[in-house]
Amino acid sequence: MDHNIVGKSVTRLDAVAKVTGKAKYTDDFFERDMLVGKVLRSPHAHAVVKSVDLSRARALPGVAAVFTALDLPKIKFATAGHPWSLDPGHRDVEDRLILTDKARFVGDAVAAVVAEDALTAEKALRLIDIEYEVLPHVLTAEDAMKEGAPLLHENRPGNVVSSFGVQFGDVEAEFGRADHVIEGDYETSVVQHCHIESMSAFAYVDADGRVVVNSSTQIPHIVRRIVAQALGLPWGRVQVIKPYIGGGFGNKQDVVVEPLAAAMSLAAGGRPVRYCMTREEVFIDTRTRHAMKLHLKTAVDADGTLRGIHVQLLSNTGAYASHGHSIAMSAGGKFRPLYDFASVKFEPKTVYTNLPVAGAMRGYGTPQIFFALESHLDDIARRLGIDPIELRRKNLIKVGHQDPLTKNVVRSFGIPQCIEKGMELIRWDEKRRAHLDQKGPRRRGLGMALFAYASGTHPVALELAGARIVMNQDGSVTLQVGATEIGQGSDTVFAQITAEVLGLPIGMVHVVTTQDTDITPFDSGAYASRQTFVTGIAVRKAAMEVRDKVLEVAARRTGLAPAEMDIRDCRIVETALGRVVCSLEDVAMDAYYDRLLAAPITSDTSANVRINAMSYGATFVEVDVDVETGKVEVAEIWNVHDSGTIINPRLAEGQVHGGVSMALGAALLEQMLFDPQTGKALNNNLLDYKLPTILDTPRINAAFVETFEAAGSFGSKSLGECPVISPAPAVRNAVLDATGVAFHKIPLYPQVVFEKFREAGLLAQRSVDHV
Amino acid sequence: MQKRIALKVNGRPVQIEIDIRESLLDVLRDRLQFTGVKQGCSVGECGACTVLIDGVPVNSCIYLAAWADGKSVTTVEGIAQDGRLSPVQEAFVEEGAIQCGFCTPGLVLSTTALVESGKRFTHDEVRRELSGHLCRCTGYQKIIDAAERALREAEAASE
Amino acid sequence: MFDICELHEPGTLEEAKAILAENPGLKVIAGGTDVLIRLQHGSLAGAGLLSLKNLHALEEIVMLGDGTISVGAMAPFTTIFQSGLIRRHVPVLCEAAVSMGGPQVRNVATIGGNICNGAVSADSASTLFALDALLKLETSTDERIIPMGDFYAGPGKVNLRPGELLTAVLIPREGYEGMGGHYIKYAMRKAMDIATLGVAVVCKVREDRFVDLRIGLGVAAPVPIRCFEAEAYAKGKEVTPEVVQEIARLAVKPAKARTSWRASKDYREHLIEVLAQRAVAEAVKRGGGCCAD
Repeated sequence: MDHNIVGKSVTRLDAVAKVTGKAKYTDDFFERDMLVGKVLRSPHAHAVVKSVDLSRARALPGVAAVFTALDLPKIKFATAGHPWSLDPGHRDVEDRLILTDKARFVGDAVAAVVAEDALTAEKALRLIDIEYEVLPHVLTAEDAMKEGAPLLHENRPGNVVSSFGVQFGDVEAEFGRADHVIEGDYETSVVQHCHIESMSAFAYVDADGRVVVNSSTQIPHIVRRIVAQALGLPWGRVQVIKPYIGGGFGNKQDVVVEPLAAAMSLAAGGRPVRYCMTREEVFIDTRTRHAMKLHLKTAVDADGTLRGIHVQLLSNTGAYASHGHSIAMSAGGKFRPLYDFASVKFEPKTVYTNLPVAGAMRGYGTPQIFFALESHLDDIARRLGIDPIELRRKNLIKVGHQDPLTKNVVRSFGIPQCIEKGMELIRWDEKRRAHLDQKGPRRRGLGMALFAYASGTHPVALELAGARIVMNQDGSVTLQVGATEIGQGSDTVFAQITAEVLGLPIGMVHVVTTQDTDITPFDSGAYASRQTFVTGIAVRKAAMEVRDKVLEVAARRTGLAPAEMDIRDCRIVETALGRVVCSLEDVAMDAYYDRLLAAPITSDTSANVRINAMSYGATFVEVDVDVETGKVEVAEIWNVHDSGTIINPRLAEGQVHGGVSMALGAALLEQMLFDPQTGKALNNNLLDYKLPTILDTPRINAAFVETFEAAGSFGSKSLGECPVISPAPAVRNAVLDATGVAFHKIPLYPQVVFEKFREAGLLAQRSVDHV
Repeated sequence: MQKRIALKVNGRPVQIEIDIRESLLDVLRDRLQFTGVKQGCSVGECGACTVLIDGVPVNSCIYLAAWADGKSVTTVEGIAQDGRLSPVQEAFVEEGAIQCGFCTPGLVLSTTALVESGKRFTHDEVRRELSGHLCRCTGYQKIIDAAERALREAEAASE
Repeated sequence: MFDICELHEPGTLEEAKAILAENPGLKVIAGGTDVLIRLQHGSLAGAGLLSLKNLHALEEIVMLGDGTISVGAMAPFTTIFQSGLIRRHVPVLCEAAVSMGGPQVRNVATIGGNICNGAVSADSASTLFALDALLKLETSTDERIIPMGDFYAGPGKVNLRPGELLTAVLIPREGYEGMGGHYIKYAMRKAMDIATLGVAVVCKVREDRFVDLRIGLGVAAPVPIRCFEAEAYAKGKEVTPEVVQEIARLAVKPAKARTSWRASKDYREHLIEVLAQRAVAEAVKRGGGCCAD
């Protein structure tokens, strides 16, 4: 299908604002009389607050308020950024207080100070006297489930948040029937989002007594609900404003600082209070990606036919549930519509430990499970002596596949083409041959991995998106969406959809980029790679409605029937003749000012999207291994994606570049480390946490296989999270190819690689003759 | 303790009484409202707060405001002239080097310093000279493309 | 805001020395990339600062009459990296200078500050060690010149006497002349990182024999160290892969590596051997040809 604007690399709408410094982020707004909030954090991994003396802190000049859990309503609330569920059984775990009376990790927030400036607030923190009763703590999921382990929360025996799983077919029977049963253990580490803008909010009480929160969030409407719940306020008494945001990656799909910022303002008589976390705080008290341990057991025939798989997954969620078991369940749902297993048994457990809280992060459980599965498939291929790509090809699902559990139907499936394209781009066969029989300290290897991902959350959760369009007098339109621009380019994509439907140049579509819950249409926000797919449908619907109204007014003007006309480049055209009959501006002016019939052209719609579409793709990578130092570098990498129609190729490439670099960080460098004795974070800063710099990042190549997805607007499917899923196993498989050494845990940190290489005999023992 | 300093910000003279405890970042953002200067880590590890001091990129979060006395400071707000984007800004826009935009001001300034140095840089040198900026959105790819485009165009313009 | 109580900004070295003599408790601040970070993290709270920022005379890099290269303590790493003099005579110091931090940090961080904070990971230290550099220390009444080796007292500790300022780093002619050099900074990242291990090698090769070889290691012990046994072994030996390997093996001997969450003792020692071998091989390549008489 030919489009004018969809499919073009339109310049992002906010580019000029961002390149000139005009884009205002949460910390760029100043209120008169603004105070600063700071938080006192527990030095213990597990401890009950026994007594509190705030008198010295309160007496410090310049301090406006000091408070602890004792001064706040004792309401437990859930922080996960999910739409509210009317079914109490389907709600997130309510295990959190704004400030806690029992510390459950080193850094848990126990007291807050509001003061005239940051230095005074910090001084006041040092004057707070708290007596703790220190409890034993647990840092690993295995330890947390042991008999007699200290319990973090009262109502969760064994510290298990949930062990709900799913299955279909009879996996045990397949183990009996298959030629081989192959098992493997795989593990991922704790990583962090590291958006460059901190987690920040400021709050005040307005003249009507309502609490106004300005926040760097992906989910303003959900923040509004949760702030109200946490403070025991009617939801309508909270207003949340989301300006430009400096990255989220899922961390801001959680309600982290907003209830506390609101509580700080309320404690200070409604004065504006800013609570902006330090980078060190962001690492320990926002969210992380769940460290997972997976045991995979697969029934496979000698010819490579995968018959059944049993996945046991242990997810360490840290001290509070946050998104909790949803992330493990997401992991279990995404690989099924990729490989045609006759039976699947998925047994996940999400477990509390005394570590910082894990939550949503780009990929939502899938980077972990695909690291395990795609590593496992290469291990199986080696065992069976089958080419790893052939093994995968043999077991792919086909278009029309219906998931037996979600009932989602696969309507577009570009994986075979992605494989073909990836092999060609990286020159797979040629390089594979060249890499045979390598010796010596520098070795090259090739690896690949596949992934599948969804577009939104249907059928698990509500998928509702709102869009509002107002046509202005000059024929331009202003679009408002509840979906949030967080850097991914969604505003631009929505403008493209609107412009395409309405026959407008992109410059005639204005998008309100700020979300304000008082004004903005309802939408749950940026997560689950849902916005282009779900909100795109709402925007298209709103634009169609505007189009219909435009043509009705034009019909009134021209005497032609609406169906005989079209809007092209701001003109109304008689379709059959290609003849311009009037300008769009004429129509808009009629709609505003006709003395009898004036009714400005607007639409205000919602789409309740009860369909899903799977996105697919593959990573192909060549690595360079320095056997002597244990360093692995990426020599060449391709991510090939089937995300349906690509609405904006340049923005899409940007998503791939960023996602792949994030994945390479997790594959090779990034991990949060904790003192095994105390549970204290060892590297909660951007020097010691090895976020890749520009010099650590290889050239990343993005390619697309454009299928047409019938369910999506203009044939599109999800993309935002997809690129982060398959690079890590591809790198791991490439190292296996280069060295014959199979790694089972990421990151492939040089220290660990060195140890494994030595174990494997790749390094000669040094003749150490000193002590 | 107060100190009166006189400096130029984006070419305009500013005289201001500062607290010696303030960083240049504090003064630029909180007092002068140059909010294009971003705070990402406060300890010189991310580069978001980069400004040019006498043309040289510096992390303003670990630079005492008192030291700016007599200096010429450029923030991202001073790059566009008369409402027109600079060639560096144009290159960032055209190459799609922008996502969330939080690291963008610093990178625009470091790239501007490279362009204004009049020197030639190899691909690896460009990467090295931008390596003091962390970006989590872009994988740096289009940022390098933008910087190289700006340098190429500047070179062509000077020939 | 930094939690400091006062700030002195002398305009001359004499003035600075006088202020420090009167207030020996002042914390000296040069580029600020270390001191201000520590303040931000809550240490040094309430300190008074003596800023050397205005002592532009201390930024100079010059060759003295006897061929000694004098690098002013306030010379920023970028200045060192870009210095024609350093590039011509001590290119290995350029390598070390450009490996430090990121560009914005190198633009303000000074060599004097890097040495005085006593960090074992200081990128300049191991190289200066290998170059047999000396430090010029001055008080309002006194002046002394000491070898680098006498300056480091322990992790983060240096032998600065009360009232004393480091004013220059001196690289004697014998330290650099006719030497090929190579610095390997081994870190997890290629920018904005601290070294897991720093290996600096300078050597002079004549007619395929080692005339001189010096190896400095950073992060191999609580202070930067030299590998004297390996150096002594090399002298007069023919340059062969076996000899280079033996040098590397001996370079591990003086190390007092320890296990931390950053790296294990075992791994660090392995790295010393591997990287010393690579650094020596590269230094030979750079030092051999051009220095042949």
